[in-house]
Amino acid sequence: MESLYLLIPLSVVLVFVIGIIFWWSVRGGQFDDLEGPAYRILHDDDAPQKERADGADIQKTRDADGDER
Amino acid sequence: MDNQATYNYKVVRQFALMTVVWGIVGMLLGVLIASQLVWPDLNFGPYFHFGRLRALHTSGVIFAFGGCGLIATSYYVVQRTCNVRLISDKLAAFTFWGYQAVIVACVITYPLGITFNKEYAEMEWPIKILLAIVWVAYAIVFFGTIAKRKVKHIYVANWFYGAFILAVTLLHVVNSAFIPVTMWKSYSAYAGAVDAMVQWWYGHNAVGFFLTAGFLGMMYYFVPKQAGRPIYSYRLSVVHFWALSFTYMWAGPHHLHYTALPDWTQSLGMVFSVILLAPSWGGMINGIMTLSGAWHKLRTDPILKFLITALSFYGMSTFEGPMMAIKTVNALSHYTDWTVGHVHSGALGWVAMITIGSMYYLIPRLFNRDQMHSVKLIEVHFWMATLGTVLYISSMWIAGVTQGLMWRAVNPDGTLTYAFIDAVKATHPYYFVRALGGLCFLGGMVLMLYNVLRTVTEGKAVDARIPAVAAHA
Repeated sequence: MESLYLLIPLSVVLVFVIGIIFWWSVRGGQFDDLEGPAYRILHDDDAPQKERADGADIQKTRDADGDER
Repeated sequence: MDNQATYNYKVVRQFALMTVVWGIVGMLLGVLIASQLVWPDLNFGPYFHFGRLRALHTSGVIFAFGGCGLIATSYYVVQRTCNVRLISDKLAAFTFWGYQAVIVACVITYPLGITFNKEYAEMEWPIKILLAIVWVAYAIVFFGTIAKRKVKHIYVANWFYGAFILAVTLLHVVNSAFIPVTMWKSYSAYAGAVDAMVQWWYGHNAVGFFLTAGFLGMMYYFVPKQAGRPIYSYRLSVVHFWALSFTYMWAGPHHLHYTALPDWTQSLGMVFSVILLAPSWGGMINGIMTLSGAWHKLRTDPILKFLITALSFYGMSTFEGPMMAIKTVNALSHYTDWTVGHVHSGALGWVAMITIGSMYYLIPRLFNRDQMHSVKLIEVHFWMATLGTVLYISSMWIAGVTQGLMWRAVNPDGTLTYAFIDAVKATHPYYFVRALGGLCFLGGMVLMLYNVLRTVTEGKAVDARIPAVAAHA
């Protein structure tokens, strides 16, 4: 029974903490755009092949080599 | 070369490879203890006894395999979505070596019988302290990286990873409160029913925030990336996150139905468990519907098969869980192997499959390869994993319900119909099928190790360059 004196206040405090984070994130504009972020991760190209196949990126690679020297 | 121009893939590589290694170790232990239940003669001496190895198996698959997978993917996702390198390479390296040290310490101490005797938290106090330090370092690296992000919006996967990191810190600290006696022996600061309640508050939330929230973070990044389509509804993913965060903490008492815990606490736990069905299924549907319009990809892409099958098992076990939390159902299922089956439908079907799928996505990119050495082997792995999981959970359903019914059967004169050993005998064939399922799953992991090793030797460890932040972001 005594465990409830620990766990219930802890959980209530936690709900408030989560509530504050939620309020902060809404105020901070985190959820203003609920479409764009889903597409954004797809625009981030993490394929390794790209640097060799794509002309523009080969240029970049050469630049990088130049920097190293 | 300027470090700021590339992502830190080194620590991701380290954690990703250890995910596969610990996966094999943890599942091998699982097959061993499953076999010990079929053939008790396999219990060799005190060090390799079921009682000691079982704890090593659960911790091994959850924290070593699952944990390394979560840390690897979270480091990758947070860097890629924030467009910035990890805040500190040294601290990131410390989290890797520290976390491995914790795992190795557990591998040594558990078989020696050094145990704190708490489910999923058997490590003794020196290891607990080390883990706490490593975990705080992990939190600093993760949240520090978010703090210096180049993209204003924090992608939903990072919210899930963040909740997982914070919740695990809190759970570990509260549940681990110990009174040390000697270097390798300590006792819980709580006692009796209080201790049990704290333990299952911890235990259930470990399931909620480690095995659910963390892997949902994985899901929300790797499913859209592998499918090449945006998540079905980004709005729903945000609702999913907040709903899960607000309700999960309260479901723990369902582990203690019909015990010394006050009745109303049990009912509270039951109600919240049933409520949890809503956000869980919202998330599951969100993930699966991401493929809407691109279902044909499932035919040819074994990585996608892993990810989507994982979501199906997630849906299944999050339906089964709330049902088992209902007290009348629990009266039948509690203490039987049904619970073990339920856990594994989540652990093999959801956690392991989503991790395996994500690793197959991740590892070629970390070693500058287009894809894994053999896509065919991924396909074989997928079918072995699926077959293994199905064998496992269906045999445990039958075994569990059989046990439950035999234990409660009463003769007209009020005596028990069956002795305990009768139920053990009735369960024996299903234990064999379970061990077979586990072996099948493990076999798939061995194929994965081979495939990964070939990919690594053919590839080259390269840190990807950080692309310029897109203007529309």
